[in-house]
Amino acid sequence: MLAKDFLAVGVFIIVGIVFVAVTLIASYLFRPYNPSGEKLRTYECGEIPLGPAWLQFRVGYYVYALIFLIFDVEAAFIFPWAAALLGFSRTKTLAVLGIIDMVIFVGVLALGLVYAWKKGVLEWK
Amino acid sequence: MQIDTAQLTALAIEIAKILAAAVCILVFILLVVLYVVLKLRWVIARIQSRLGPNRTGPWGVLQTVADAIKLFQKEDIIPRGADRWLFTIAPAIVFIPAYVVYVVIPFGKGLTVRPLDVGVVYVTAISSISIIGIITAGWASNNKWSLLGAFRAASQLIAFEVPVILAMCIPVLLSGSLNLDVIVQKQAGSIRDWNLFNAFPMCQIACLMLLIAGLAEANTTPFDLMEAESELVAGFNTEYSGMKFALFFLAEFAEAFTLSALLVTLFLGGYNPPVHFLGGGLTGYWFSLVSLVWFLVKCWLVVVLILWIRSTFPRVRIDQLMNLSWKGLVPVGLANLLVTGAYVGLWVAR
Repeated sequence: MLAKDFLAVGVFIIVGIVFVAVTLIASYLFRPYNPSGEKLRTYECGEIPLGPAWLQFRVGYYVYALIFLIFDVEAAFIFPWAAALLGFSRTKTLAVLGIIDMVIFVGVLALGLVYAWKKGVLEWK
Repeated sequence: MQIDTAQLTALAIEIAKILAAAVCILVFILLVVLYVVLKLRWVIARIQSRLGPNRTGPWGVLQTVADAIKLFQKEDIIPRGADRWLFTIAPAIVFIPAYVVYVVIPFGKGLTVRPLDVGVVYVTAISSISIIGIITAGWASNNKWSLLGAFRAASQLIAFEVPVILAMCIPVLLSGSLNLDVIVQKQAGSIRDWNLFNAFPMCQIACLMLLIAGLAEANTTPFDLMEAESELVAGFNTEYSGMKFALFFLAEFAEAFTLSALLVTLFLGGYNPPVHFLGGGLTGYWFSLVSLVWFLVKCWLVVVLILWIRSTFPRVRIDQLMNLSWKGLVPVGLANLLVTGAYVGLWVAR
């Protein structure tokens, strides 16, 4: 059943790849090709570009990415919890346990967010 | 392993069915994008007291078709300093996930290509692959505007990924399933059974969060910082032209439609009619047809809402954008999650 489910995903990916390839190749047959030095120059609003663009980037982006990573991993735990809670809640003990678990989990997560906030990493400079 | 002919035939039929569905959905996406771009230009023109496109074909309906044909025959320029392979692959990495997401979208009763049990997770997981394509495009262009745009895009997309996830958890909690079809079926009945009018105020907050964060994910105007024509030229796709640019464009509008489809599915009752006598009593193929119509009508309304927002609001600054997510939507979303959890565990299940 599982393999059958994801067969559809596989077919969609292949159709997507074929579509992209076909449009790119088809437009290759129709479009003109007259390159010139000016045209191929990196676009910087008409200025001659100085140096490559592959520079160092600000560490701020990296910190945001790290915080995101924590929350994204957390999503992998929250989704199954969210899907299962209704079923579990037929027993009252399990419902209370499930909620307390999530309060602790989200509490730790929120503490991390508060820490990052107080540290000033969430300020865009 | 022994190969069974009957099984193999069944598999071939299965693949042929999915292939037909895949092609149908591809054509559907292309038509929707052509229509939404046209509608966008009409709506913005109306709101700004202009006429908008009205020359190409009757009422200008062929305008976007003409644009597409024009893009199709445009010269493909790869700048001298660019990484040629990554530059070519990037549009595909952005477009294909935007298309593959449609596997789980319930267009109508029994009209889902494959109602995966991990539906909601699948949507968030697949649609975030596009970020890799955007970064690739910005990096491969070897252009300062593109790279800046790509970094901005990535930080914006990951910032709003979290509120999207937290907002999507609320309907999941209420229906106890990640399967989009099940979530829609739980909202069957009349307008009062829709999630939007359920569990006040948690569902309404979640719906608003999904709309705001989804607009940021779909890169539409109050949050179109990664494109920001007046600041970054065009962001990560500055160097792109012709068909490759068209693919980015296609992906962007396909994502905007995915957003409206998700809002409809999770909060606005999906394909269910708003009142019972407008098709709720039908069965079989007739209900499939009527539910498809209802789904499209609702999506159309949400798309018009998005276009209205797009033509009304000014662009936010990048620090405002990041604060909105990390200091606004994320804490609210976490609190909302806990309250809804308590409500579901202690009230709904009783």
